[in-house]
Amino acid sequence: MTYTKRLDGRKHDELRETEAKVGVIKRATGSAKFRMGNTTALAAVYGPRELHPRFLQDPEKGRLRCNYNMMPFSGMGDRVRPGANRRAKEISMVTTKALLPAVDLKDYPNAVVDVFIELPQTDAGSRCVGIVAASMALADAGIPMKDLVCAVAVGKVDKSIVIDLDYEEEQYPKYATTKVDDEEVADIPIAMIPSTGEITLLQLDGDISKEDLIKALKFAKPAMEKIYEIQKKALKEKYSDLKGGKK
Amino acid sequence: MGLLIQDKQVVVPGEILAQGMDYLPGHGTYRDGDNIKSTRLGLLNVEGRALKIVPLKGAYLPRKGDTIIGRVDDIAFSGWRFNINSAYPAMLSMKDGTHEFVARGADLTRYYKLQEYVVAKIINVTSQNLVDLTVKGPGLKKLGPGRIIMVTPAKVPRIIGKQGSMVTLIKEHTQTQITVGQNGIVWINGKEPKKEAIAVQAIELINQQAHVGGLTDRIKEFLEKRVPMPKTTKKVEEPKKEDTEVKQ
Amino acid sequence: MNLQIQNHIKQSLDQQARVDGRKLDEFRDLTIEKGVSQTAEGSARVILGETEVIAGVKMSVGEPYPDTPEDGSLMVGAELLPMSSPNFEPGPPSIWAIEIARVVDRGIRESKAIDTKKLCIKKGEKIWLVAVDIITINDDGNLLDAAGIATLAALQDAVFPTYVDGEIDYKKKTKTKLPLSKLPIPVTVYKIGDNLLVDPVSEEEESVDARLTVTTTEKGQICAMQKGGDAPLTIEEIDKMCTLAQKRASELRKKL
Repeated sequence: MTYTKRLDGRKHDELRETEAKVGVIKRATGSAKFRMGNTTALAAVYGPRELHPRFLQDPEKGRLRCNYNMMPFSGMGDRVRPGANRRAKEISMVTTKALLPAVDLKDYPNAVVDVFIELPQTDAGSRCVGIVAASMALADAGIPMKDLVCAVAVGKVDKSIVIDLDYEEEQYPKYATTKVDDEEVADIPIAMIPSTGEITLLQLDGDISKEDLIKALKFAKPAMEKIYEIQKKALKEKYSDLKGGKK
Repeated sequence: MGLLIQDKQVVVPGEILAQGMDYLPGHGTYRDGDNIKSTRLGLLNVEGRALKIVPLKGAYLPRKGDTIIGRVDDIAFSGWRFNINSAYPAMLSMKDGTHEFVARGADLTRYYKLQEYVVAKIINVTSQNLVDLTVKGPGLKKLGPGRIIMVTPAKVPRIIGKQGSMVTLIKEHTQTQITVGQNGIVWINGKEPKKEAIAVQAIELINQQAHVGGLTDRIKEFLEKRVPMPKTTKKVEEPKKEDTEVKQ
Repeated sequence: MNLQIQNHIKQSLDQQARVDGRKLDEFRDLTIEKGVSQTAEGSARVILGETEVIAGVKMSVGEPYPDTPEDGSLMVGAELLPMSSPNFEPGPPSIWAIEIARVVDRGIRESKAIDTKKLCIKKGEKIWLVAVDIITINDDGNLLDAAGIATLAALQDAVFPTYVDGEIDYKKKTKTKLPLSKLPIPVTVYKIGDNLLVDPVSEEEESVDARLTVTTTEKGQICAMQKGGDAPLTIEEIDKMCTLAQKRASELRKKL
């Protein structure tokens, strides 16, 4: 284990600094903001509302439709051209699937719940930060859910399992400050239903053994619980700030 | 074991409310093995052994018997299509829209024009949320000039108050006519625009703070500060019956 | 739009009363927060009442146009996010988004607020391209003025990234600010019935008959204009609208 000290000084199981707030967009049915380090996501929920065109409607239950979008100035490099690209479309799809198992839309046949996720700044982990924000926004919108959804990336950097990789860790050998034993990096974004531990999003880029993968997934669980507490606190805070305060 | 969260506390989806079999899961909750959990962000309501969640927010879901405010969005062959601030439009048929006999093919805009607001009652909701309305009934009518504001449907009972006490308080102070639809659409009309604006502010205040205790006193204080009630004449003007809010 | 409701708003305005109790020529509270995006070279969030807009500046290096070999370039884009209003849909920019971007762009370009010559790296070969993107977060009326202020605040906040041996290092920002010499502030004056007002909320915006955006610089000179809405305007009205816009612009400028 050569990667004992992380590039930004965090412990292996330590999340970046977080910030969560619910009810940030007045026009939306529900909304939330979540920041992890320098990755910030805003999420707004509209609906359930009428779904057009009609052929998209599901007479059995309401549909969930997520839309992930990076603001043009939110990338680490060049300007991101506005509009949907292949990456944004794929992330939108996996985000929808990550949230769907927790959401119950059987009372809303033919309708749609739209979730818009927007990123003003990113530094790795944007799909996970987006899912955390979207889950809070859905709860804020009063959508029936069996649980919240938590998300974070876990990974392997130079043989060490670490939580919540930032950009420099994803690009590890390039930014390494000590001797590198293993150039391979694995980045595994995960979403989880905290009460059951079921995984609803799982992607992987990189190189990892099956044993290390399972170890990494287990390693992520306590971090998910931390995120769940942050979400819960933010949702309750929205309604507690007046209590006992001003008369 | 037993109740883990106190009555009237804010809970989030997935939160365990009670353990064991002493309590029963009601609206907005579900049983998961030994646990009863919440499915909504809302306030826990403990009624004897039953647990339910009073939601704090959420889109309007049409229910039979609700009195709502709708806007004419389209005119069909035999009736009017309304937007009722929901994922589902509502239909008002000719027979439920007017007492008059309407010949087939008649100009239906004679009764309700596009974009007009109407107080109506929901008489039927199907499993697919197809909604039928009527305007036959006390207090049901077309609305005239005024302002339309939107509130969270879950907050409507607080805006109306017990036996209409809250909305009457606002109406008397600000000398406005107010109709509150259970779908979260509120119509307000006042002779004095400044007082009308205060009525809107008061309603928005309830919309934001409905979950906080001492609401009536706060609203009284808010109104008293801005538009004190004249002490001599006891009540400025008894609101006419049909202007009164819809019942909960 | 419902005519009875429009008339109700007009009658209130005739009595000099607005839906939120403001005076007709009064703006809502304005908050400007700079540096809201670490990935942008410059950024700002503007909150005007309940309206919220973010602007971000991204810089890159490119080739100049053959007819202006010594000039860098500036581009302004705007997106009306479906997040910010139930009326906005995903997809290519709407005409309203294009109008906002072009009116803001024109104010900066025509006032020569940015000296494009100072954006030249090597004549005829390399120049800086400055892209400003305006993003709406919550629409409660008067997006255009909020967008104009956010753009200027983001430009004030912007610094050049490091540029060595033909490579930009976005992670290493320099301390060099953009050459911004003027603050051309767009103020839109709206006409509802016979009344002129500024900074409407969405509820009022639905009743607007005509609007005129007037962009003025520190000296009170007008550098860009745009008439919108369906109703025509008289010269007398335009005179009044310009005076009001100039007055409000000089007050808003103090907040930047």
